[in-house]
Formats: sequence, C-alpha cells, structure tokens
Amino acid sequence: MDWVWSHLDLIWSSTLAHVALCVPAIVLGFVVSVPLGYWASRSTAARGVLLTLGNVLYTIPGIALVVLVPVVLGLPILNPLNVTIALLIYAVAIMVRSAADAFASVDADVRGSARAQGFSGPQLFWRVELPLAGPVLLAGIRVVSVSTISLATVAALVGIPSLGGFFTDGFQRSFATEVVTGLVAVLVLAAVFDVVIGLIGRALMPWNRGRRLTSRAAKTLATAVPGGVGANL
Amino acid sequence: MSIEFRHVRKTYPDGTTAVEDFSLVVPSHSTTVFVGSSGCGKTTLLRMINRMVDPSDGQILIDEEDVSRVEPVALRRRIGYVMQNSGLLPHRTVIDNVATVPILTGTPKAKARQDALGLLDRVGLDRALANRYPGQLSGGQQQRVGVARGLAADPNILLMDEPFGAVDPIVRDELQQELLRLQRELGKTTVFVTHDIDEAFLLGTQVVILKRGGVVAQIGTPAEILANPADDFVADFVGAKRGKRRLTAEERGAGDDVLLVDAAGYPAGLIAAPGGRLELADALAAGAGPKSRSVSNKTDQAGDA
Ligand SMILES: Nc1ncnc2c1ncn2[C@@H]1O[C@H](COP(=O)(O)OP(=O)(O)O)[C@@H](O)[C@H]1O
Ligand SMILES: [Mg+2]
Repeated sequence: MDWVWSHLDLIWSSTLAHVALCVPAIVLGFVVSVPLGYWASRSTAARGVLLTLGNVLYTIPGIALVVLVPVVLGLPILNPLNVTIALLIYAVAIMVRSAADAFASVDADVRGSARAQGFSGPQLFWRVELPLAGPVLLAGIRVVSVSTISLATVAALVGIPSLGGFFTDGFQRSFATEVVTGLVAVLVLAAVFDVVIGLIGRALMPWNRGRRLTSRAAKTLATAVPGGVGANL
Repeated sequence: MSIEFRHVRKTYPDGTTAVEDFSLVVPSHSTTVFVGSSGCGKTTLLRMINRMVDPSDGQILIDEEDVSRVEPVALRRRIGYVMQNSGLLPHRTVIDNVATVPILTGTPKAKARQDALGLLDRVGLDRALANRYPGQLSGGQQQRVGVARGLAADPNILLMDEPFGAVDPIVRDELQQELLRLQRELGKTTVFVTHDIDEAFLLGTQVVILKRGGVVAQIGTPAEILANPADDFVADFVGAKRGKRRLTAEERGAGDDVLLVDAAGYPAGLIAAPGGRLELADALAAGAGPKSRSVSNKTDQAGDA
C-alpha cells in the first residue's frame, strides 16, 4: 500500500491519460454508429454488409490494430491518436449492431402513427425514432464504454501512457501491487463511466425511468458482453 | 369536406391486391363506416385518404382536389388520424402528444399546450393526467388521448382505424357514446373503420360493408341495410352476431304476459303484464329444452329485436 500512496500522482496522471484516450473513441463511436445503424435497420443489404464488417474488424487483435493504424495513417508511432483510432474502430464494430437493433426496436405502430400525424422524414428521425431507440442505444454504449476502457490498456504495449502501464511495468518487475493497482483503477474508471452514462440516459429519457430493459436491449447486452471486455488483448 | 374514391386500386409491391376497384362518395359532416372482416382492405382504403398509402390506380379527391397533387406531410397535418393501440408517442407526455400537430405546424408551444388542455376536457379526460406518459394510462384513456390528438389541429376530416378495437366492452361503449357526442358537437367528416357490425350501425350515418379486395357488398344507412340486405353475404354478416340474440315478442292474449322467444324458437323470458300472473311453468313447458335461458322480466334484451 505504501507504493500506492507514494505513486498517487502517477496513478492520477495515468488515469487522465487513459480517459483522454477513451472518451473521444466512445463519443465518436456513438456518433458514427448511429447513422450506420439507422441505415442497417432500413435495408437488409446494408445490415448484412455493415454487421459482417463489424464482426471482421472486431476479430483483429488489439495489438495488431495499434501497430497498424500509424502505418496506414502515417502517424508517428508514439502519437496517442493511434490508440484512440484503434479504440474507435472497435467501438464502431460493437456499436453498429446495437444501433441497428435499437432502430429496429422502434414500434412500427408508433412510427406509422407519427407519420400519419404529419412528421416529415427528418422530424420523424430526430423527434421519434432516435429518442425511442434511446434505451437500446444506451445499453449498447454502456458495453462500448466498458470494453473501450479495458482495451485502452493495450496502449502500454506501444509506449503510450495509460493505466496499462501498471500492468507492463509491474509484470516486468514481478511487482504484484502495481498490477493490482492498475486493475483496480481500470475497474473503478469503468464503473464511473457506467454510472455517468446511466445518469445521462436517465436525464435524457425521463419517460423510460423505472421501466425494465426491453427484451431487445437485454439481448443486445447479452450478446455483446461475452466477447466484449478484454477479448482483444 | 367530402371525400371521393374514383376507381381506386391498390396492389402492394409483393403482389397482394388489397383493393380491386373501389368507388365511393363520403359525404361531409357525417360518419361513414367501413366494416368488414380482417384483411378485406379497410386500412388500405383509409390510409389512401391521407397518402400513407398511394393508390396504384384511380383517384381520391377531397373537395374535388386530387390528393396525389397535395404534398403528403401537409395533407396529413390537416387530417386527423386515430388508430387502434393509440400509436401515442411513449416518450411524450399526454399534453405534448395532444399538441403534436399544432407544434409541427408552428404553433408556439405554450399556446399549443394551453389549447391541448381544452381538448382533454373535450374528450372527457381529467387535466391531472396532462403530465403523465402514455404508458401510465389505461387503454381507454390512451384512446381518448388519441382522439384528442386527432382533433387538435381542428381538421375537417377525421380518420379512425378500429380505434376502440382493443379496449374492453364497457369502456368501448363509453368511448362510442363520447364519439357520438363529439360528432354531434363538431360535425367532422369522419371515416371510421371497424370489423364490428354493431359498432358500424351505432356510429355510421353511411355504412359500407366490404368483402375481400375492398369489394363493396352494400352501402346504405343502418336501417336500409338491416331492412334490405343486398345478398346472403350481407344478411349473414349482419345477422351472424345479432341473430343469436334476437328476441321476438309473442303476445299471448290481451292483458296477458308477453313471452319472449329467441331465434331458435325457445322461450327466453316473460314480460309480466301489469298485475298479471307469471306463468313461468307454463311458458317453459310450452317449448323448454336444454337451451332455454333463465327467465327474466328485464326488457333490455328486447331492444335488439
Ligand atoms: N404493406 C403491405 N404490403 C403487402 N400487403 C399488405 C400490406 N398492407 C396490407 N396488405 C395486405 O392487403 C390486404 C388488406 O389489408 P388491410 O388493408 O390491412 O385490411 P384490413 O384493415 O381490412 O384488415 C391484406 O391481405 C393484407 O395482408
Ligand atoms: Mg386494418
């Protein structure tokens, strides 16, 4: 424990670095996946192509992607952006499926009735379909958040600061305290993100409070979780 | 606001012809009911009026104007639409659901909500429900909200697709009476779709009985159709449900009790003559079989005769 107290500064700065890698990937992953998922929910052909592509991308090992991204994009090897872009690719790979399911879960009667009231196409999307897809989108982004925070530890393998540094360093020095510290920090960070995302969802979807997860949302979670956390390390 | 169908046909992309060749004039300020069994094309016909579905052939005119020339979104905003299971937006409160169309057409939110409160009164809903979400209401209350929403933009035309189909019979009776009252007060040109012939006769000024493919079996007032069913199909459709409950009164002599007889010829009950004697045993002995109903002197069932 002495080690922890004497390294609080390092723990804090690594946590911030970790957050800086993850947040853009999670947010952009969501923003990119929503239109793709919407498209996939409207067209079976698009759905087939996008979901297959997502699955393929998701099977690329994390370390390979982190090494490949700078080569493909011509970025300096130590640029944290490499890690964020790799994380973004994983986020989209997971999130597109959730988003497609989210839009498919919107009640056809409600959509039809809204159209009959005179919602135009864009109004229907922004005011009806997107909010009603919200609960399933929320479930998806929670999975993405946890998985991204876990995956971001791979940054340590290419010398970019993150909580993963405690794993590599502790492992090299056979120093369990450091490894455990890194592990706990990752878990706490993931939990904090999950709570924050949950609160945002609650604030944005007051009608949904107290409802249980829709069966589709539950299914999305169930299928996403097993391969989710740390599978690509 | 009269609506006219001229040789309308609808074939869906999968090849199903839902409506073969349909022509009809829906007079203004009255209720026309499309009635027929499930899948006969009622919803398709209704949805062609507000261009939720476009006909494959023929025309639909509203006050002589071909709807195919009207921009669909604008057209829908000036036609009220109410459907089964209400189709309310689950993420909007009751008041915002009612105010949907006025807000879409640019009425300031505060005013739209104020007006919506008045509409809650109009359809018999407590204002205390205004800030609830649809999921917190009973089925009957949701349908009332649906009706209020359909009326919010003060449309001349109201389309209703089996709006009371999913509520329990007691609530349905209530909603039907409310609709009759609203119709007396507002006089909208209403097209109402149902598969329930009793509901059709209760609500319709003009009733259109449909067969598969949107084929018209008979058009007329309820009285005309009841008195003169055009063919066996109509007689069957009109009688199928009613026949079982039809009771006829058999006078058995002045001042005597009146014997009620059901369609199968079995005595169903007695209406006691004032001061008369109940001849229960006699009546039952006259033709009693296992089917005879419990004897009562209530007269309400006779209303169906
Ligand atoms: N979008 C559609 N695509 C293909 N067939 C349809 C579609 N909508 C309705 N149908 C078919 O058209 C026929 C009439 O349907 P509908 O108008 O919904 O009848 P109703 O409202 O009287 O039950 C049915 O056979 C139905 O299956
Ligand atoms: Mg129908």
